[in-house]
Amino acid sequence: MIEKEVDVAVIGGGPAGLSAAISAKNNGGKKILVLDRNSWLGGILPQCIHDGFGVEETGSSMTGPEYAEMYIYTAEKKDIDFMRETMVLELKRNREIIAVNKDGLYKIKAKSIVLAMGCREKTRWNIMIPGDRPSGIFTAGVAQAFINLYNIIPGKNVVVLGSGDVGLIMARRLKFEGANVLGVVEILPYASGLPRNVVQCLDDYDIPLYLNHTVTYIEGRDRLESVTIAQVDKNFEIITDTKKRLECDTLLLSLGLVPENELSKNAKIKIDNITGGPIVDQNYETSLPGVFVCGNCLQVYDTVDVLSIGAKHAGECAVESIKTKKIKESVIKVKPGRGLHYVVPQRINESGEVKFTMRVKKPKESIIIKINAGNKEVYSKKLRYVNPANMIEIDFDISDDLIKSKEDLEVTVDG
Amino acid sequence: MKNFHVAIIGGGVVGSAIAWELSKYDIDVIVFEKGIDVCSGASKANSGVVHSGINSKPGSLKAKFCVQGNQMFQDLSDQLGFSLNWTGKYIIAKNESEIKELEKLKKIGEENKVPGLELYDGSKVKNNEPNVSCAKGLWVPTAGIILPYQFTIVLAENAAINNAKFLVETKVTHLEKKKNGFLIKTSNGSYNSKIIVNSTGLNCKDIVKMLEKPDFNVYPCRGEYLVLDKNYSSLIKSMVYPVPVKELGVLGVHITPTIEGNILLGPSAEFIDDPDDKRTTKDMMNNLLKEAKELIPALPDKAVINAYSGIRCKLASSDEGGWADYSIWESKENPGFINLVGIESPGLTAAPAIAKEIGNMISNRIKLKQKKDFKTRKIKKRFSEMSSEQQSNLIKKDEKWGRIVCRCEHVTEAEVVDALDNPLGACSLSSVKYRCRAGMGRCQGGFCTQHIVRIMEDKFDEDIKKIRLSSPKSNLFYCRNREETI
Repeated sequence: MIEKEVDVAVIGGGPAGLSAAISAKNNGGKKILVLDRNSWLGGILPQCIHDGFGVEETGSSMTGPEYAEMYIYTAEKKDIDFMRETMVLELKRNREIIAVNKDGLYKIKAKSIVLAMGCREKTRWNIMIPGDRPSGIFTAGVAQAFINLYNIIPGKNVVVLGSGDVGLIMARRLKFEGANVLGVVEILPYASGLPRNVVQCLDDYDIPLYLNHTVTYIEGRDRLESVTIAQVDKNFEIITDTKKRLECDTLLLSLGLVPENELSKNAKIKIDNITGGPIVDQNYETSLPGVFVCGNCLQVYDTVDVLSIGAKHAGECAVESIKTKKIKESVIKVKPGRGLHYVVPQRINESGEVKFTMRVKKPKESIIIKINAGNKEVYSKKLRYVNPANMIEIDFDISDDLIKSKEDLEVTVDG
Repeated sequence: MKNFHVAIIGGGVVGSAIAWELSKYDIDVIVFEKGIDVCSGASKANSGVVHSGINSKPGSLKAKFCVQGNQMFQDLSDQLGFSLNWTGKYIIAKNESEIKELEKLKKIGEENKVPGLELYDGSKVKNNEPNVSCAKGLWVPTAGIILPYQFTIVLAENAAINNAKFLVETKVTHLEKKKNGFLIKTSNGSYNSKIIVNSTGLNCKDIVKMLEKPDFNVYPCRGEYLVLDKNYSSLIKSMVYPVPVKELGVLGVHITPTIEGNILLGPSAEFIDDPDDKRTTKDMMNNLLKEAKELIPALPDKAVINAYSGIRCKLASSDEGGWADYSIWESKENPGFINLVGIESPGLTAAPAIAKEIGNMISNRIKLKQKKDFKTRKIKKRFSEMSSEQQSNLIKKDEKWGRIVCRCEHVTEAEVVDALDNPLGACSLSSVKYRCRAGMGRCQGGFCTQHIVRIMEDKFDEDIKKIRLSSPKSNLFYCRNREETI
């Protein structure tokens, strides 16, 4: 075993990991190490060759590779260490990381750790589509990697199931390459990706969007031959006489993303069942002291811009925790109330300004977001339109009195 | 044209076990498999259970080969290194009439010389399996579990390294009796063989037809399964079976732990017309969950991570009760034409015993002399199961051991290369999956597929258009996006 000691170890060299590492360095961290399983840095960004990255953060629209390059360039100048093609096998509760690469096995002892493992895509079996098991079924992100990184076209007649952003972008991408995109099928009454992507990827290219529809059957004993789609009712039950067979050789699945937390779970870090990410406090510190989390393995973000800003905070707090070594007790719980799917952070143990990120359950117009401490309303904000696809951010100053009251917070959406 | 002593048609578990048995002797053996790899049919899609022999009629071939096979498994596992776990099983009774059935089963088991059977009270069952509620349970300690594909592949590969020739993606199209044996025409050339062994499972009748008029019928009966996430592995330790469904000649929906820590629910039993129709259906998925919940009420709804089906080869229709014994015979019309017909459950358990029997039958026709240089290639320990010292040493020798290709199962590049290097020449994505587990985890190939494809391209010079998933025509890709120019 090759032994190493660092101040901050960052697991994952995607946008979150890079942002956290740079921030850790900027805030006085000395030895910063980023571990990544791929031979490249930037995570998923190098395969996202469309533009729209960085608009909120920098004011200019970049492609995924350009956005990644901006961070990689900064990180490399800042004397941050990288280990590429390195898989973390285990995270131990004493903040030891067991990792492996072509040079051997490593035991890395870190004063603090930032988890930035990203997320993975849901598969056919997450929604149990019956039928045959042919080739030609890809998750949208895997298909994107094949086209944009490996110069491979997976198929010519394509149906996309799920209107997540990757699915929408891939529908357009395949159209660019001459494929026949038969449509995007979405079980909900609204698209689950960003509205701008519905316009720019589907509407502009006359790709039909089948809302309230799902794929009910997959046919093809060797390669995919067809999918059956059908309309669903309010309870998502299939309306049998609306079944329609679409002949196709490729089905792309854009069913949503699952935070990658196998390492966290094995280290017995507490996970929020709704976000799929660890339960954190205002510093993005997990239930395991000294272990912080950011990016899509904390919660699945809409845009890389917001993700990077959150990750920056995690990197800063990871360094801060080495300096101060405060032992904090969890004082206040934050819970999603009426109309809200989830809220992050789920714990507050210090006064000061906190950025809450949250998602609503359903699209709604003219609503009020409220934070209640016990029966007392401590915050409210009006919003014209909310939608599960758009994460809501609110900044709220936690007062000393609130901390002293030990009253749990509940966030609600009414309207 | 090539001449062989024995031609085995069908590379399922039975064909592969026979090939391995015969590869111990100084004869030329060839195996024809129409699938992309061995273990492409029912041998792959079953419960993976080493049965005790309690369920088959005393005196039947099913009972005989099952009990014999069961007793061979521990030695086979020690020799070949495939995983085997004697979990034991409970057959549970919910009421008085089912308790009577348990008593009958116990009697049948004892007649079949199945050791260790005991009838437990519900409370004792609950003590051992807290999630199971029943009136009484029959404890069967000699039931175990294996990975059926791992077992079949290790048999086939061991046969292959001892010079049994395997031709995958090779369909037998024509058989003809010749003076000194048979002419076999295939999609992959013509061959002569003194003896033919027909171990084609569901296709057994089609093969018989090529030489003579069959006097039997095959009734395909589909069984669907659900696979539960490893997170729920603690639900049961042993297999849990209901009292068998009599009308269909099947064991009923049961709950089986697997070697890898997943839990299987199934199989259903549905007679179908098309023996290749391996679909899964929404109705059956719902039904499996419902029936499994009758055995284990604590079963969660959202634990399912995969579904598949396998087709039983039955010789009795549902009207006839679905139960028929195996039929193993050498043709009188065409001496040297050996047929294995209706080899359904407990075929996985029976396979090694059937292989011995076929070896005996063949020895009546050909002198079988033991090979002097018979080799055994044991299944290697997986990287993820090694000590860190073993892992470090391997990486020092070859850096491919230090590159993890499958993130869920921690499979290394070295293991993927080894899987692709198999002696059968099977090179589909699922050939890799069944040999080293890359792609079997939670992300279902989301991370590893691209890396495996790259290894296939770089190291094996595979044209991407020819890379396939799991069957000869299951191509994965359409074309290059941009053709490379100079």
